[in-house]
Amino acid sequence: MSWPTAQEWGIVALSLKVSLIGVLLTLPVAYGLAWLLARRRFPGRVLLDAAVHLPLVLPPVVTGWALLLVFGRTGPAGLWLERATGLVFVFRWTGAALAAAVMALPLMVRAMRLSIEAVDRRLVGAARTLGATPWRAFLTVTLPLSLPGVMAGAMLGFARSLGEFGATITFVSNIPGETQTLPLAIYTALQVPGAERSVTRLALISVLLSVAALIASEWLVRRSHGRRAHVL
Amino acid sequence: MSCDIAIRYAAGEREREAAIASEAKLVAVTGPSGAGKTTLLNCIAGLHRPLSGHIRIGGQTLFDREQRIDLPPERRRAGYVFQDLRLFPHKTVAANLAYGARPEAPWKSPTEALDFLGIAHLARRYPATLSGGEAKRVAIGRALLSAPRFLLLDEPLTSLDPARAEEILRLLERIRDELGLPTLLVSHAAAEVERLAGATFVLD
Repeated sequence: MSWPTAQEWGIVALSLKVSLIGVLLTLPVAYGLAWLLARRRFPGRVLLDAAVHLPLVLPPVVTGWALLLVFGRTGPAGLWLERATGLVFVFRWTGAALAAAVMALPLMVRAMRLSIEAVDRRLVGAARTLGATPWRAFLTVTLPLSLPGVMAGAMLGFARSLGEFGATITFVSNIPGETQTLPLAIYTALQVPGAERSVTRLALISVLLSVAALIASEWLVRRSHGRRAHVL
Repeated sequence: MSCDIAIRYAAGEREREAAIASEAKLVAVTGPSGAGKTTLLNCIAGLHRPLSGHIRIGGQTLFDREQRIDLPPERRRAGYVFQDLRLFPHKTVAANLAYGARPEAPWKSPTEALDFLGIAHLARRYPATLSGGEAKRVAIGRALLSAPRFLLLDEPLTSLDPARAEEILRLLERIRDELGLPTLLVSHAAAEVERLAGATFVLD
């Protein structure tokens, strides 16, 4: 089997860029939502919880269509963003990153929420009696103790983003070099007679990337939380 | 100490009342399990909001429903030694001690505190590796290093064997006599109360 071609490397690079940026952008949003759902009781909490989970239960095509309605060039958010910042999502890699982020959000929120709920609130109380403001107590107690969940969430989100297909192809189509990520490239290659080798190489690369993400996050968590900590 | 507490508060399913007024340096609060002793301390520390009444300690009003005063815990400056200690599991002993440390604390540095408490050799350990007596010393030291205006001790001798309990008791006597901080001690051990407290109030 020959080495992956330059074109295939381009697909891998695009996939990594889309997934990484998608996950990094989602990280603070997901943590904020996870914290709200774990620690606060407010009207509409159930609705927010449901909304966060929608991308997990909806057919991805529907999520992609919803993204098109909201972030398309004539959608309310799309229109406003293009006027305010010049940012366009449709048919661009930025849209692929947005689709990846939205699809990864529920998984990230779930992992982070569990780990925030596992942080003993009495420790936060102790920090407050020792003079810590709510913000400092959060930064020094809740955040570091929930870090394994952040890692796990980021890893799950990254893996989910790498595999994202339905919402992406619906929202930003399948444009080589712009929105054609690994799964889309594999799908395209499958339509072409005689491209089995390319399919095999791209599929192998997906497997390697996913396993690497898994090992990297496991290593990160162990390094920061001792040998017994794990994300899986 | 001037300790002037008259509050109504919810503890579990029940509403309770506590009225404590004393000039004693160390005031003990006793009563059966479930009498709301820990919740009372949480009210004083600012971790639980009373339904009504007022809390004044050492001349400072921490809570007064009528005057709409309710200081947040970080401004009450309680040195709270929790019954379950609540050491930060992700921080070393030294980092736990340093967490709330203020320059006006009875010791200039956590190092000095480590010596006073006899736990210098534990500085780099994590709470999970400490024995009960060691952890208790760290919790007491952490509270004192935050330069508290008053101390809240919740069952400081429980789950210790008699020898360790005696050590902690001596330490508490030293703290009472050398630092002179207003102290509220929650306990149901009569011997401990008798030895330490200048006044005793019973919750039932």
